[in-house]
Amino acid sequence: MNPLERFATILLVAGLGFFVAAVAVEAWLPYQVLRGLPMQHLEEIARDVPPEFDDLAARYPESFKKHFGSPTPEAYARALRLGVETYRAEACWHCHSQFVRPVSNEDRRFGAVSYAGEYQNELQLPQLFGTRRVGPDLIRSAGKHSNDWHVAHLFEPRDVVPSSVMPSFPWFFDPPAGPGGVPQPNARGLAIVAYVQWLGSWAEQPDAPLLPDLGAAPAGAAPGGAP
Amino acid sequence: MTQAHTATAKTDFDHVMRSLVLAHFIAGLVALMIGLLAGLAFAFQFLQRYWFPGIEWLSPGRVRMVHTNILAYGFIANAFLGGLHWAIPRITGRPVLSRGLSWFIFWAWQGVLAATGIGILSGFAQAIEWGETPIFIDPVVMVGLLAVAINFLAPIVRSGRKPLYVALWYFTAALVWTPLNYVMGNYVPQFYLPGASGAAVSGLFIHDLVGLFVTPLGWGLLYYFVPVIMKRPIWSHAVSLIGFWGLAFFYPLNGVHHYLWSPIPMFAQYGAVVATVGVEVVVTTVFINFLATLRGQAGALVHSIPLRWIYTGIIFYVLTCIQCAYQTLLTVQTIVHFSDWVVGHAHLVMFGVFGFWIFGIITELWPRLVGRPWYSVRLNRWHYWLTTAGTAFMVIDLVAAGLVQGYLWRDLAPWEASLRASAPFWTARALSGFVILLGQVLFFVNLWLTARRSPAPEVVSAAAVAA
Repeated sequence: MNPLERFATILLVAGLGFFVAAVAVEAWLPYQVLRGLPMQHLEEIARDVPPEFDDLAARYPESFKKHFGSPTPEAYARALRLGVETYRAEACWHCHSQFVRPVSNEDRRFGAVSYAGEYQNELQLPQLFGTRRVGPDLIRSAGKHSNDWHVAHLFEPRDVVPSSVMPSFPWFFDPPAGPGGVPQPNARGLAIVAYVQWLGSWAEQPDAPLLPDLGAAPAGAAPGGAP
Repeated sequence: MTQAHTATAKTDFDHVMRSLVLAHFIAGLVALMIGLLAGLAFAFQFLQRYWFPGIEWLSPGRVRMVHTNILAYGFIANAFLGGLHWAIPRITGRPVLSRGLSWFIFWAWQGVLAATGIGILSGFAQAIEWGETPIFIDPVVMVGLLAVAINFLAPIVRSGRKPLYVALWYFTAALVWTPLNYVMGNYVPQFYLPGASGAAVSGLFIHDLVGLFVTPLGWGLLYYFVPVIMKRPIWSHAVSLIGFWGLAFFYPLNGVHHYLWSPIPMFAQYGAVVATVGVEVVVTTVFINFLATLRGQAGALVHSIPLRWIYTGIIFYVLTCIQCAYQTLLTVQTIVHFSDWVVGHAHLVMFGVFGFWIFGIITELWPRLVGRPWYSVRLNRWHYWLTTAGTAFMVIDLVAAGLVQGYLWRDLAPWEASLRASAPFWTARALSGFVILLGQVLFFVNLWLTARRSPAPEVVSAAAVAA
């Protein structure tokens, strides 16, 4: 009798053996290559508070004070944590990738090509590489747009980018305090902006915006949004 | 033919739990309807005309996760469990380990689905592609998968037949692979491996879910249902062997191809590409085997709607695999990755292949489960043609959209240019979704009318079936 048709062979060789072999080759070996990379924890990441976070505190003082106090490393760590949680809950990663490939002119569009070391941190557990780009890649977003651009964009993307198909996120905002007031970003709104402004803050940014935002800026205004 | 079927329906010599099979099919079809509506709603976000703007728990991103998860774990898994509960007792001549366990699994599975849906909509999704089930539900899923494995492996072992029939090779392997894959994919990248090494595991999980859970169960069911419907054996046993062992060897090695050109070490990427092309060779053998089984009797595809569904799915499967072997090449990846091309591919696999096989199996079994002939064969034909046309149109549309997007990105057109260029394709995608949905509505009407209005043959009473 052909042993390939026996229950035990199928269970042990095909079921267990081939599965384990594939995991060894396609997951364990890559891990062996990458394991030497230092693991960054949230406290280390948040040690240096970037100017974007100070700017959030200055721009939305009441909301920021209420939810995060002052822009300290502890507050920054909390904001990054809530930011990545919001990013996962809203499945931002289903339409925005987080890696720049060395092909298809992506380094010219987004910035430096991604490398393994920059993903070895607590906020990439689980990793947020993504597999689809409806919107642009985000791993080099730090500083590309101002905080208030992000806030307006989250409130109603089409006010900033008319052809955008991104959902609006009104639940990232507190309603206006009184008549004539404007909605202020709440904890999640501030956190997601802090998180997106953190993405790629460690990498070198291009000097000038490479590409204008088509339709984003009124006619005659300077193109782009880099600081 | 109907006489023979209804006669079997009355007796229980084959150990099939008919009410359970029926329950799994109905649960799967309800999940299908929810999943299709979720997908259609999400498609309207791309037209800037979302159905529920500003409602947090119906946010498009969350609804998209409901779409994929409810179709994979609600529609496909439920329908396959129903099919397994029919096929395994019949092939082995033994009942499942425990009927109580079967019913427990049924209700636990629906509970998991409801909890997954509510969890995702409330913002507790896990950021694992195809595994967005909230992390606190995963242990329940694991228990369920182990229970399923034990429940079905028992009759396979107890049958005492030394050379197992082909279908049982696929079932046995899938019942081992699925729990292993689930625990690996949901826990390792979540707690242990960040970044690139985690992505390698995530890639394996995404691919093994298709390749080691859905694919082997699907092929296993076909190796049972096609010979039964055709009343002739599969063409070549040797080719069946090549197909199974080739799949078992090559498929698990494919995973990293979901993250090509990423920071995952290149040797793993090259290995995945080579293995993916290897799968294509294997698939060709299975395809030849099933086509050759039809030899001289291809006219059966005209008369038998179940066979028509199954063979259309097989042809879609071959197209999927040719597409896969092509798109995985690193050169092609530079253009098509991240684009709608991949979305088209996913719809062709998950719906065009496995969905179609499920429709074939349900169309075959429904009259026997409810003990009445189809109310309207014409509606069945409409179901087939609307679904096939809608699916084919959607896939061609999305693949074309992907090429447009990929080249605009490479040529450094402003991002918004790719959105504007995609708009007509996204409109066409939503329209094809409507066509698919309409086909399913007709199917549901027909299922309902068959159960309620078709004249009952006198051999079997509705009461005996419902019991």
